[in-house]
Amino acid sequence: MTKLRLTTPLLFALLFLVLLGGLWRMDASSDRILNGIMKLGWLVALMWPPSAGGVLPELLVSLMESLAMAFLGTFLAALVALPLALLGAGNIVGNILLRFSVRRLYDGLRGIDTLIWALIFVSAVGMGPFAGILALAVPDIGVLSKLFSEALESADKRQVEAVRAAGANRVLAVRIGLIPQVAPIMLSQILYTLESNARSSTVLGIVGAGGIGLALSDRIRINNWDEVAFIILLILVMVAAIDLGSRKLRMKIIRAA
Amino acid sequence: MLAIAIAASAWIGEVSIARLVRGLPLAADYIAGTLPRLRMDHFSADLAHWMWGFEDWALLLADTLLIAYVGTVLGGLVALLLSFPAAATLAPPWIVTIIRRVLELMRTVPTLVLALIFVYAFGLGAFAGMLAIAVHSAGSLGKLFAEEHENASLTQMEAVRAAGGTWAAQMRFGIFPQSLPGVLSYGLLRFEINVREASVLGIVGAGGIGEELYLAVRQFEYQDISAILVLILVTVAAIDLLCGRLRRSILGAAT
Repeated sequence: MTKLRLTTPLLFALLFLVLLGGLWRMDASSDRILNGIMKLGWLVALMWPPSAGGVLPELLVSLMESLAMAFLGTFLAALVALPLALLGAGNIVGNILLRFSVRRLYDGLRGIDTLIWALIFVSAVGMGPFAGILALAVPDIGVLSKLFSEALESADKRQVEAVRAAGANRVLAVRIGLIPQVAPIMLSQILYTLESNARSSTVLGIVGAGGIGLALSDRIRINNWDEVAFIILLILVMVAAIDLGSRKLRMKIIRAA
Repeated sequence: MLAIAIAASAWIGEVSIARLVRGLPLAADYIAGTLPRLRMDHFSADLAHWMWGFEDWALLLADTLLIAYVGTVLGGLVALLLSFPAAATLAPPWIVTIIRRVLELMRTVPTLVLALIFVYAFGLGAFAGMLAIAVHSAGSLGKLFAEEHENASLTQMEAVRAAGGTWAAQMRFGIFPQSLPGVLSYGLLRFEINVREASVLGIVGAGGIGEELYLAVRQFEYQDISAILVLILVTVAAIDLLCGRLRRSILGAAT
């Protein structure tokens, strides 16, 4: 107990020092902060009233593009994640080496941010929503595979044994005994991913991977702050709508299960 | 209905099976092109050649971690202050509603959009990125902290009130000790997420390793791309491992 009493303040002091050092390294001088806050206030004043700048249909089309990217990215990720998850689930694949390497693959895909994947895919397949879809899908493959395989591992194995006892082979046992048990969990995880992708897809345009982000970063570059505010509001409305729809669907799935 | 939605999205997203089939090998070639040539007989020389910018990159990675750390701590402090009036069991309904809307707004605007705006207001560099991370973290942690406070039992708070404590004292001594393990655990989880987010802020000029990566991709320095990505991956994995350990020990000590 005395040891704890001594180390806790020391730890706090150390963490606080790192905080101060960090602020110093970022040149967080009071001048800079004051200046910035004044500029920020000025920006917010310029943002009012939000305006579509006369190109509302164009903005709506790029918003739909973002949404479509999120949807297809999630769909693609789920499609690839299912077989990968089967390989990584301890109760399906007995080989520890294979399971270990598949799991490190999930980690690798997850560890790199969507935007970095977008940069890479824009260079690889060219600008546009296609690069965005791939960029959304790849890290999600990692996330969904991990979640799916954890869901599979926590499933009840008696049903699988029953199907096996009835003379089915292993593939059929997984298909009939295991997948139906975890399908509702998987669906709701896919919906979560869709919500997160609806957010991510709005910024991919900043690096040229399609969607509303391009319009947004352009408006910031040319200082049309009223249009910036309008686009941010559009994004907020879309995100809220997707969240609401997805929450309703999730509730329905949970109740049905 | 799913089929219709997929078809509509594919049409808007200008995707066709043909394009996918054509695009995937291109992407695979590109990724294969970034891989370094590491030969077994002069492994260390090849490794040194591949990681030629290691010192600069390590420094930038340290900056990235610093951005994530300072952003998480400052955002977490704001979140902690806002989370008490955002807990439905602890404050009047109208205050709860207002604070919750504010938190929602803070976490719905994407970090990168915030970073773009802050870069304009505060100038290029890590400070703008840190602020963007802090605002987003405050929004998402505020909500999670508030839920932790709502789960706390009210008897200790009532005891503090009976002894004549102010509202702030009731929160500090009646509620906070109960929600502390949850608060710390969510804070650590947020730090892990923020390390990932900080690694891309450089793309919009908000500091960290992202800028170097952006340059490498833009200038087709293929091997640099994979070198930087590997360094990011290792850092992220190390942070995840460390935070996971800490989280488990915090939650383990609490129960």
